Amino acid sequence: MSTATRMRAILKDGATDIRLLMTHPMESGLRKDATGQLVPQRFITDVHATLNGRTVLSAKWSFAVSQDPFLWFRVQGAKPGDKLAVEWRDSTGDHRSDELVLG
Amino acid sequence: MTSLNRREALLSGALLSALAAVGLLAPTAAGATEGAFAAKTVDEALKLLGASPVPSTEITLSSPDIAENGAVVQVGVLSRLPRTQEIHLLVEKNANPLVASYTVPDGTDGFLQMRVKMGQTSPVWALVKADGRWYSASKESKVTLGGCGG
Repeated sequence: MSTATRMRAILKDGATDIRLLMTHPMESGLRKDATGQLVPQRFITDVHATLNGRTVLSAKWSFAVSQDPFLWFRVQGAKPGDKLAVEWRDSTGDHRSDELVLG
Repeated sequence: MTSLNRREALLSGALLSALAAVGLLAPTAAGATEGAFAAKTVDEALKLLGASPVPSTEITLSSPDIAENGAVVQVGVLSRLPRTQEIHLLVEKNANPLVASYTVPDGTDGFLQMRVKMGQTSPVWALVKADGRWYSASKESKVTLGGCGG
């Protein structure tokens, strides 16, 4: 089904830069395929990131987020060994959750 | 930008509860944000978010001066405002301007980068809620090839 979210976390001077790359078509519902048929709408509506179970970012998205969404944000006070979990949910009810242990 | 006066606020509140009562609106706390995604203009989105922002130089909005491909435009927001709680990104001339809404808890910086679609040349807006007040910054990005529909 869905492909794992690529996650990268870089700790530097107490701050941790977290970069996510999700695999998702982010179909607006306005695009036509090669045969002229409208491609059904399907896009990520919610993204939730936690660090050791504590929310570090919540997002709500429209279909105007680009295909294969990229998201970069920064948290304070994370340590090696902390567990980052990222979950997304799309407009069709599909969802996936991925984890990364900070190195 | 005008703020809702008391009558309008009461009216929209009454309307929302009426809609909720007949099941047209899911009774979620994030209802206002959900509705704002359907807004057709920046002003309408601001109204639905309950925001009447003032421009702030403490927000840095980075977006390309010229975007070759409107389907992938990298946009960044850096808010140096203390107690940044929410960051919203809007593309003024998209059919639905509100693209993304973020809730930023304590311990997370007021910093984000992402990639958005732009249908045409348009101002991009960053809307920030910090310590209960709303602030904004905007910047125009020229788009040579639109990224919506097609």
